[in-house]
Amino acid sequence: MNALAEFPTAAHLTPSADGDSQLLEVSMGPQHPSTHGVFRMDVVLDGETVVKLKPIFGYLHRNHEKIAEDETYLGSMPYTDRLDYFCSLTNNWAYALAVETLAGVQVPERAQYLRVITAELTRLQNHASLVGFLMQDMGASGTPLMYAFREREKILDLFEALTGARMMCNYMRFGGCRVDLPAGWLEQAKQVVAAFPRFLDEYETLLVGNEIIMARTQGVGVLSKELAINAGITGPVLRASGVNYDLRKVDKYGIYDRFNFRIPLGDHGDVYDRYMIRLLEMRESIKILEQAMRDLPEGPFTDPKTKVRNFRPKPGEAYGRIEAPKGELGFYLVSDGTPNPYRYRVRPPSLINLTVLEDMCLGRNIADIVIILGSIDIVMGEVDR
Amino acid sequence: MTLESLKPEIEANVPGCRLEIIPNPSPSAQHSLLMDAEHALAIATFLRDAPHLRFDYCSNVTGIDWPASALAPGKAKETGDAMEEDVESAEAPDTGHLEVVYHLYSMELKHGPVILRMRTQDRATHVHLPSLISVWRSVDFQEREVFDLFGVLFDGHPDLRRILMWDEFTDFPMRRDYVEPDDYEYEPTAHGKVLLKTMQHHGGEA
Repeated sequence: MNALAEFPTAAHLTPSADGDSQLLEVSMGPQHPSTHGVFRMDVVLDGETVVKLKPIFGYLHRNHEKIAEDETYLGSMPYTDRLDYFCSLTNNWAYALAVETLAGVQVPERAQYLRVITAELTRLQNHASLVGFLMQDMGASGTPLMYAFREREKILDLFEALTGARMMCNYMRFGGCRVDLPAGWLEQAKQVVAAFPRFLDEYETLLVGNEIIMARTQGVGVLSKELAINAGITGPVLRASGVNYDLRKVDKYGIYDRFNFRIPLGDHGDVYDRYMIRLLEMRESIKILEQAMRDLPEGPFTDPKTKVRNFRPKPGEAYGRIEAPKGELGFYLVSDGTPNPYRYRVRPPSLINLTVLEDMCLGRNIADIVIILGSIDIVMGEVDR
Repeated sequence: MTLESLKPEIEANVPGCRLEIIPNPSPSAQHSLLMDAEHALAIATFLRDAPHLRFDYCSNVTGIDWPASALAPGKAKETGDAMEEDVESAEAPDTGHLEVVYHLYSMELKHGPVILRMRTQDRATHVHLPSLISVWRSVDFQEREVFDLFGVLFDGHPDLRRILMWDEFTDFPMRRDYVEPDDYEYEPTAHGKVLLKTMQHHGGEA
């Protein structure tokens, strides 16, 4: 290991060589309400214009991957909830999908529908709170966020009734789900979903055509199509730049090929488009939910042949990915035939979407950084793992 | 498109490259292509730019540590059994390697994945591999992470420094032989792994 001791360490920001003292170095975060967690940006400013921005990670790092390699396959399932703690159910699904790909496990019909229903509810509450947070970042303090949280609360109540937990749901298992729907849950869920468009209408009336919001977001943080693809950006941020790539359509994982829904696309790739994409995606999620809840079949909610305890997949590897609300969430697993994965890797969409943060912020001012970061939609539990 | 048909095509377009198909016996059947480090950049550029391939999107980059004990005869990764890594084998000169895995997809043509692998010569001194950042920007933070946690040095990466661990940290925590520091804190109801840690901390037999 000695030969490796001399690698480059802290690349400290140095003042410009010509002695220009106008540059100001600002450390935004890690304790800052707009950074959505313990995230830090080293920003170099010329007046109020950003000339350099370096994200600093690791404040929430606990080496999730190493811990998972010491655990059994099932033992990591509750821990995946803690990655993107807004969307524990989609995290569960991505991990379950990777393990099922690795071991060749079949998932029964009813479980597939339950997964779609819970995942789309997750997307609804994630996008609803994201637009609320974005308003908060723009200075619309309180009210829009609380409107969004009021709706999120109804969905969290559904999660609690189904899984026992509002946020750390730990609901899915290899080959299905942990429990079946409790009595009356479906009717309650149908009511929540039926009432949701009313919230969207209200929200859009208040905010979409708002002159201040348009002036604040249009043309800010523009991300070109080519850069978005090359930098591996996924999810709503990619689609706001006009790239038609949604894994629900491309991979058709689970049973997404059975539903009729569309993929909203933006064409400017600015903050306003990213914000609008979320509102439009919520309407599409409602369509999927209505179809899935209408067609939900009877049957087993988990594959009876799969023993989730003492689970030993044959040696090999698999990469499974889904369209999480924040982008492509992937799990890469290498099995050596033991009860623990030899290698367990999370492909975090939040981290990789930050690759272009500097490109989007250069030439803008400090207040724009806040909304550009907000429009990417990150959760530090997933960025730092 | 299978790797069997892709391999001769790459070999025809990137003269001199050495490729090997690594079979994956699991039901996922995601086979991968092991490439040599010298031609990695040319192979990656070809895969990205060839009009019928267009692997414009590098989704996932990760490292895997293969110490000699994990690759030992009778415990090759294809036929691995439940044997634990033990102390004796760690003392033998380590002939293992570090491996970097890239998952490629095409956003334009909507196909994939093609899985590429690269291996270092050993785990101690010859740990250099070429960075693919000039082909895909998406590998930026992920290669930094592989460097940070596994200790692979990516030549050509413009900003190769630790990303998750702090800058003064010297070890590579995702390696199989990484030893946790003895930072035990008092725990009144120690059990399981914590109990083991307690006993080791107080010099007792584990």
